[in-house]
Amino acid sequence: MKALCQGNLAARALRAWLLALALVLAAGVASAVDPVELDDPVLQARYRELSHELRCMQCQNQSIADSPVGLAGDLRREVRELLVAGKSDDEIRSWMRERYGDFILFRPVFAARTAWLWLAPAVLLIIGLGVAVRVVRQRASIAANGSEDDDGSPA
Amino acid sequence: MNRFLVPMAAFALLVVVLAIGIDRAPQKSVIESALLGKAAPEFVLPQLGSEAPFDSRSMRGRWYLLNVWGTWCAECRAEHEMLLEISRSKRLPVVGLNWKDEDGLATQWLQDLGNPYEHVPLDREGRTAIDWGVYGAPETFLIDADGKIVYKHVGAMTPEVWQRQILARLPPPSATLPAPEPAS
Repeated sequence: MKALCQGNLAARALRAWLLALALVLAAGVASAVDPVELDDPVLQARYRELSHELRCMQCQNQSIADSPVGLAGDLRREVRELLVAGKSDDEIRSWMRERYGDFILFRPVFAARTAWLWLAPAVLLIIGLGVAVRVVRQRASIAANGSEDDDGSPA
Repeated sequence: MNRFLVPMAAFALLVVVLAIGIDRAPQKSVIESALLGKAAPEFVLPQLGSEAPFDSRSMRGRWYLLNVWGTWCAECRAEHEMLLEISRSKRLPVVGLNWKDEDGLATQWLQDLGNPYEHVPLDREGRTAIDWGVYGAPETFLIDADGKIVYKHVGAMTPEVWQRQILARLPPPSATLPAPEPAS
Protein backbone atom coordinates (compact mmCIF):
# COMPACT_ATOMS: atom_id res chain seq x y z
CA MET A 1 0.00 0.00 0.00
CA LYS A 2 2.72 2.40 0.96
CA ALA A 3 4.76 1.48 -2.09
CA LEU A 4 1.72 2.09 -4.29
CA CYS A 5 1.23 5.53 -2.77
CA GLN A 6 4.84 6.42 -3.39
CA GLY A 7 4.55 5.23 -6.97
CA ASN A 8 1.50 7.40 -7.42
CA LEU A 9 3.30 10.32 -5.90
CA ALA A 10 6.29 9.87 -8.20
CA ALA A 11 4.04 9.63 -11.24
CA ARG A 12 2.16 12.73 -10.18
CA ALA A 13 5.38 14.61 -9.55
CA LEU A 14 6.64 13.59 -12.98
CA ARG A 15 3.40 14.72 -14.59
CA ALA A 16 3.56 18.02 -12.75
CA TRP A 17 7.10 18.54 -13.97
CA LEU A 18 6.16 17.70 -17.54
CA LEU A 19 3.25 20.13 -17.37
CA ALA A 20 5.47 22.85 -15.97
CA LEU A 21 8.03 22.21 -18.69
CA ALA A 22 5.34 22.36 -21.38
CA LEU A 23 4.06 25.64 -19.95
CA VAL A 24 7.53 27.14 -19.84
CA LEU A 25 8.14 26.10 -23.44
CA ALA A 26 4.77 27.47 -24.50
CA ALA A 27 5.52 30.75 -22.76
CA GLY A 28 8.83 30.87 -24.60
CA VAL A 29 7.05 30.51 -27.92
CA ALA A 30 4.37 33.04 -26.98
CA SER A 31 6.87 35.74 -26.08
CA ALA A 32 9.24 35.07 -28.95
CA VAL A 33 7.99 38.14 -30.84
CA ASP A 34 8.64 40.41 -27.91
CA PRO A 35 11.47 39.27 -25.68
CA VAL A 36 11.88 42.65 -23.96
CA GLU A 37 10.82 42.75 -20.33
CA LEU A 38 10.49 45.74 -18.07
CA ASP A 39 12.19 45.53 -14.67
CA ASP A 40 9.11 46.60 -12.74
CA PRO A 41 6.56 43.74 -12.73
CA VAL A 42 3.65 46.21 -12.42
CA LEU A 43 4.82 48.14 -15.48
CA GLN A 44 5.46 44.86 -17.27
CA ALA A 45 1.86 43.76 -16.65
CA ARG A 46 0.52 47.09 -17.95
CA TYR A 47 2.90 46.86 -20.90
CA ARG A 48 1.57 43.43 -21.86
CA GLU A 49 -2.01 44.62 -21.51
CA LEU A 50 -1.47 47.78 -23.56
CA SER A 51 0.55 46.16 -26.32
CA HIS A 52 -2.26 43.65 -26.84
CA GLU A 53 -4.81 46.47 -27.16
CA LEU A 54 -2.95 48.35 -29.88
CA ARG A 55 -3.32 47.39 -33.49
CA CYS A 56 -0.31 46.86 -35.68
CA MET A 57 -1.22 49.27 -38.47
CA GLN A 58 0.80 47.33 -41.01
CA CYS A 59 -0.75 43.93 -40.48
CA GLN A 60 -4.02 45.22 -39.00
CA ASN A 61 -5.37 41.99 -37.58
CA GLN A 62 -2.52 41.55 -35.16
CA SER A 63 -1.75 43.55 -32.05
CA ILE A 64 1.64 45.18 -31.75
CA ALA A 65 2.43 42.53 -29.11
CA ASP A 66 1.96 39.72 -31.63
CA SER A 67 3.44 41.28 -34.72
CA PRO A 68 7.05 40.76 -35.75
CA VAL A 69 7.20 43.72 -38.18
CA GLY A 70 9.55 46.60 -37.51
CA LEU A 71 6.88 49.23 -36.91
CA ALA A 72 5.23 47.10 -34.22
CA GLY A 73 8.60 46.83 -32.50
CA ASP A 74 9.03 50.61 -32.68
CA LEU A 75 5.54 51.14 -31.23
CA ARG A 76 6.29 48.70 -28.40
CA ARG A 77 9.42 50.70 -27.66
CA GLU A 78 7.32 53.87 -27.48
CA VAL A 79 4.85 52.17 -25.11
CA ARG A 80 7.69 51.02 -22.83
CA GLU A 81 9.26 54.46 -22.78
CA LEU A 82 5.97 56.18 -22.05
CA LEU A 83 5.29 53.69 -19.22
CA VAL A 84 8.71 54.25 -17.70
CA ALA A 85 8.15 58.01 -18.05
CA GLY A 86 5.14 57.57 -15.76
CA LYS A 87 2.31 58.02 -18.26
CA SER A 88 -1.07 56.50 -17.47
CA ASP A 89 -2.68 53.87 -19.71
CA ASP A 90 -5.16 56.46 -20.98
CA GLU A 91 -2.41 58.92 -21.75
CA ILE A 92 -0.58 56.28 -23.76
CA ARG A 93 -3.76 55.33 -25.64
CA SER A 94 -4.42 58.95 -26.57
CA TRP A 95 -0.75 59.41 -27.52
CA MET A 96 -1.26 56.60 -30.03
CA ARG A 97 -4.63 57.94 -31.19
CA GLU A 98 -3.19 61.39 -31.88
CA ARG A 99 -0.81 59.80 -34.36
CA TYR A 100 -2.71 56.85 -35.81
CA GLY A 101 -6.37 57.62 -35.13
CA ASP A 102 -9.03 55.48 -33.45
CA PHE A 103 -8.17 52.60 -35.74
CA ILE A 104 -5.11 51.76 -33.66
CA LEU A 105 -7.32 50.83 -30.69
CA PHE A 106 -8.86 47.37 -30.88
CA ARG A 107 -11.40 48.48 -28.29
CA PRO A 108 -13.38 51.37 -29.81
CA VAL A 109 -13.69 54.56 -27.78
CA PHE A 110 -17.13 55.54 -26.48
CA ALA A 111 -18.22 58.59 -28.47
CA ALA A 112 -21.42 59.83 -30.09
CA ARG A 113 -20.21 58.17 -33.28
CA THR A 114 -19.70 54.78 -31.64
CA ALA A 115 -22.50 54.91 -29.06
CA TRP A 116 -24.74 52.58 -31.08
CA LEU A 117 -21.93 50.05 -31.18
CA TRP A 118 -21.71 49.97 -27.40
CA LEU A 119 -25.44 50.28 -26.68
CA ALA A 120 -26.80 47.98 -29.38
CA PRO A 121 -26.20 44.74 -27.42
CA ALA A 122 -28.13 46.04 -24.39
CA VAL A 123 -30.96 47.37 -26.60
CA LEU A 124 -31.18 44.09 -28.49
CA LEU A 125 -31.17 42.16 -25.22
CA ILE A 126 -34.09 44.24 -23.91
CA ILE A 127 -36.02 43.76 -27.15
CA GLY A 128 -35.33 40.03 -27.04
CA LEU A 129 -36.48 39.79 -23.42
CA GLY A 130 -39.65 41.71 -24.31
CA VAL A 131 -40.42 39.30 -27.15
CA ALA A 132 -39.69 36.29 -24.93
CA VAL A 133 -41.99 37.59 -22.17
CA ARG A 134 -44.80 38.16 -24.67
CA VAL A 135 -44.46 34.73 -26.21
CA VAL A 136 -44.38 33.03 -22.80
CA ARG A 137 -47.47 34.97 -21.63
CA GLN A 138 -49.38 34.12 -24.82
CA ARG A 139 -48.54 30.45 -24.44
CA ALA A 140 -49.52 30.56 -20.79
CA SER A 141 -52.89 32.15 -21.57
CA ILE A 142 -53.51 29.67 -24.37
CA ALA A 143 -52.68 26.81 -22.00
CA ALA A 144 -54.90 28.31 -19.28
CA ASN A 145 -57.82 28.66 -21.69
CA GLY A 146 -57.33 25.07 -22.74
CA SER A 147 -57.45 26.19 -26.32
CA GLU A 148 -56.89 23.45 -28.90
CA ASP A 149 -56.39 26.03 -31.60
CA ASP A 150 -52.61 26.15 -31.22
CA ASP A 151 -51.85 24.58 -34.59
CA GLY A 152 -49.66 27.42 -35.73
CA SER A 153 -52.20 28.92 -38.15
CA PRO A 154 -52.92 32.61 -37.88
CA ALA A 155 -55.88 33.46 -35.72
CA MET B 1 -49.91 38.44 -42.43
CA ASN B 2 -49.59 40.07 -39.05
CA ARG B 3 -47.32 37.41 -37.64
CA PHE B 4 -44.80 37.96 -40.44
CA LEU B 5 -44.81 41.73 -40.09
CA VAL B 6 -42.49 41.95 -37.10
CA PRO B 7 -39.87 39.47 -38.36
CA MET B 8 -39.91 41.06 -41.80
CA ALA B 9 -39.50 44.53 -40.32
CA ALA B 10 -36.67 43.27 -38.14
CA PHE B 11 -35.01 41.67 -41.16
CA ALA B 12 -35.39 44.85 -43.21
CA LEU B 13 -33.84 46.84 -40.38
CA LEU B 14 -30.94 44.39 -40.21
CA VAL B 15 -30.38 44.71 -43.97
CA VAL B 16 -30.31 48.50 -43.70
CA VAL B 17 -27.90 48.45 -40.76
CA LEU B 18 -25.54 46.00 -42.47
CA ALA B 19 -25.71 47.89 -45.78
CA ILE B 20 -24.71 51.10 -44.01
CA GLY B 21 -21.93 49.19 -42.29
CA ILE B 22 -20.58 47.79 -45.54
CA ASP B 23 -20.92 51.10 -47.32
CA ARG B 24 -19.13 53.07 -44.63
CA ALA B 25 -16.55 50.45 -43.71
CA PRO B 26 -13.13 52.07 -43.74
CA GLN B 27 -11.05 51.03 -46.67
CA LYS B 28 -8.57 48.98 -44.74
CA SER B 29 -5.71 49.26 -47.15
CA VAL B 30 -5.74 53.04 -46.81
CA ILE B 31 -6.34 54.46 -43.35
CA GLU B 32 -7.09 58.15 -43.21
CA SER B 33 -4.47 60.06 -41.30
CA ALA B 34 -5.42 61.32 -37.85
CA LEU B 35 -3.24 64.35 -38.57
CA LEU B 36 -5.17 65.80 -41.51
CA GLY B 37 -5.86 69.48 -40.90
CA LYS B 38 -3.52 69.50 -37.93
CA ALA B 39 -0.10 71.03 -37.49
CA ALA B 40 2.64 68.85 -38.93
CA PRO B 41 4.73 67.38 -36.10
CA GLU B 42 8.00 69.28 -35.81
CA PHE B 43 11.30 67.48 -35.86
CA VAL B 44 15.02 68.08 -36.01
CA LEU B 45 17.05 65.26 -37.55
CA PRO B 46 20.48 64.78 -39.08
CA GLN B 47 20.37 64.98 -42.86
CA LEU B 48 22.24 63.48 -45.78
CA GLY B 49 25.00 65.54 -47.32
CA SER B 50 25.16 68.19 -44.62
CA GLU B 51 26.71 68.63 -41.21
CA ALA B 52 23.81 70.81 -40.08
CA PRO B 53 20.69 69.00 -38.90
CA PHE B 54 17.40 69.51 -40.73
CA ASP B 55 14.77 71.44 -38.80
CA SER B 56 11.23 71.02 -40.15
CA ARG B 57 10.43 74.56 -39.01
CA SER B 58 12.76 75.83 -41.74
CA MET B 59 9.99 74.91 -44.23
CA ARG B 60 7.55 77.39 -42.70
CA GLY B 61 6.04 79.76 -45.23
CA ARG B 62 6.31 77.27 -48.10
CA TRP B 63 4.08 74.45 -49.28
CA TYR B 64 6.06 71.22 -49.46
CA LEU B 65 5.79 67.46 -49.81
CA LEU B 66 7.17 65.14 -47.16
CA ASN B 67 7.88 61.79 -48.76
CA VAL B 68 8.63 58.85 -46.45
CA TRP B 69 10.97 56.37 -48.10
CA GLY B 70 13.65 53.75 -47.57
CA THR B 71 15.95 51.76 -49.80
CA TRP B 72 14.33 48.58 -48.41
CA CYS B 73 10.98 49.65 -49.84
CA ALA B 74 10.13 48.31 -53.30
CA GLU B 75 7.25 50.70 -53.94
CA CYS B 76 9.62 53.59 -53.28
CA ARG B 77 11.66 52.57 -56.30
CA ALA B 78 8.46 52.40 -58.34
CA GLU B 79 7.51 55.98 -57.46
CA HIS B 80 10.98 57.45 -57.74
CA GLU B 81 10.63 58.57 -61.37
CA MET B 82 7.41 60.42 -60.45
CA LEU B 83 9.18 62.16 -57.56
CA LEU B 84 11.93 63.27 -59.93
CA GLU B 85 9.27 64.66 -62.24
CA ILE B 86 7.64 66.56 -59.38
CA SER B 87 11.01 67.93 -58.40
CA ARG B 88 11.67 69.07 -61.99
CA SER B 89 8.28 70.81 -62.13
CA LYS B 90 9.55 73.17 -59.39
CA ARG B 91 6.02 73.60 -58.08
CA LEU B 92 7.05 72.74 -54.53
CA PRO B 93 10.03 71.29 -52.68
CA VAL B 94 10.08 67.62 -51.67
CA VAL B 95 11.57 66.60 -48.35
CA GLY B 96 12.52 62.91 -48.26
CA LEU B 97 12.24 61.45 -44.79
CA ASN B 98 14.55 58.44 -44.93
CA TRP B 99 12.84 55.91 -42.65
CA LYS B 100 14.86 53.26 -40.78
CA ASP B 101 17.52 52.98 -43.41
CA GLU B 102 21.28 52.99 -43.66
CA ASP B 103 22.85 56.30 -44.61
CA GLY B 104 25.24 54.65 -47.08
CA LEU B 105 22.46 52.80 -48.89
CA ALA B 106 20.37 55.98 -49.07
CA THR B 107 23.28 57.96 -50.54
CA GLN B 108 23.93 55.22 -53.08
CA TRP B 109 20.23 55.09 -54.05
CA LEU B 110 20.08 58.82 -54.71
CA GLN B 111 23.32 58.69 -56.71
CA ASP B 112 22.01 55.84 -58.85
CA LEU B 113 18.43 56.98 -59.38
CA GLY B 114 18.70 60.75 -59.06
CA ASN B 115 17.82 62.98 -56.12
CA PRO B 116 14.35 64.57 -56.10
CA TYR B 117 14.72 65.85 -52.54
CA GLU B 118 15.60 69.28 -51.27
CA HIS B 119 16.48 67.72 -47.92
CA VAL B 120 16.88 64.13 -46.75
CA PRO B 121 16.37 63.99 -42.97
CA LEU B 122 17.43 60.64 -41.50
CA ASP B 123 14.90 58.99 -39.19
CA ARG B 124 17.21 56.15 -38.22
CA GLU B 125 15.16 55.04 -35.21
CA GLY B 126 11.73 55.57 -36.75
CA ARG B 127 10.51 58.00 -34.08
CA THR B 128 9.63 60.86 -36.40
CA ALA B 129 7.70 58.48 -38.66
CA ILE B 130 5.61 57.42 -35.65
CA ASP B 131 4.94 61.06 -34.76
CA TRP B 132 3.62 61.49 -38.29
CA GLY B 133 1.46 58.38 -38.04
CA VAL B 134 3.38 56.60 -40.79
CA TYR B 135 2.57 52.90 -41.07
CA GLY B 136 4.15 51.88 -44.35
CA ALA B 137 6.45 53.43 -46.91
CA PRO B 138 5.99 55.13 -49.23
CA GLU B 139 3.73 57.78 -47.78
CA THR B 140 3.56 61.36 -48.96
CA PHE B 141 2.22 64.31 -46.99
CA LEU B 142 1.27 67.71 -48.41
CA ILE B 143 2.01 70.51 -45.95
CA ASP B 144 0.81 74.08 -46.47
CA ALA B 145 2.61 77.34 -45.80
CA ASP B 146 1.26 77.45 -42.24
CA GLY B 147 2.78 74.05 -41.49
CA LYS B 148 -0.55 72.23 -41.58
CA ILE B 149 -1.00 68.75 -43.07
CA VAL B 150 -3.45 69.17 -45.94
CA TYR B 151 -3.34 65.74 -47.55
CA LYS B 152 -1.71 62.36 -47.18
CA HIS B 153 -1.21 59.72 -49.83
CA VAL B 154 -0.34 56.13 -48.88
CA GLY B 155 1.47 54.11 -51.52
CA ALA B 156 3.44 55.06 -54.59
CA MET B 157 3.04 58.57 -55.99
CA THR B 158 1.41 58.47 -59.41
CA PRO B 159 0.65 61.11 -62.06
CA GLU B 160 -3.07 60.81 -61.10
CA VAL B 161 -2.41 61.53 -57.42
CA TRP B 162 -0.08 64.36 -58.34
CA GLN B 163 -2.66 65.97 -60.66
CA ARG B 164 -5.88 65.35 -58.81
CA GLN B 165 -4.85 65.42 -55.18
CA ILE B 166 -1.74 67.56 -54.92
CA LEU B 167 -1.82 70.10 -57.77
CA ALA B 168 -5.55 70.59 -57.19
CA ARG B 169 -4.86 71.61 -53.60
CA LEU B 170 -1.89 73.86 -54.32
CA PRO B 171 -2.47 77.59 -54.56
CA PRO B 172 -1.86 78.98 -58.08
CA PRO B 173 1.87 79.32 -58.89
CA SER B 174 1.90 83.06 -58.26
CA ALA B 175 0.46 82.58 -54.79
CA THR B 176 3.30 80.29 -53.75
CA LEU B 177 5.63 83.27 -54.13
CA PRO B 178 5.62 85.98 -51.46
CA ALA B 179 2.61 88.21 -51.99
CA PRO B 180 3.50 91.41 -53.85
CA GLU B 181 3.11 94.68 -51.99
CA PRO B 182 -0.35 96.09 -52.63
CA ALA B 183 -0.17 99.08 -54.96
CA SER B 184 -1.06 102.26 -53.09
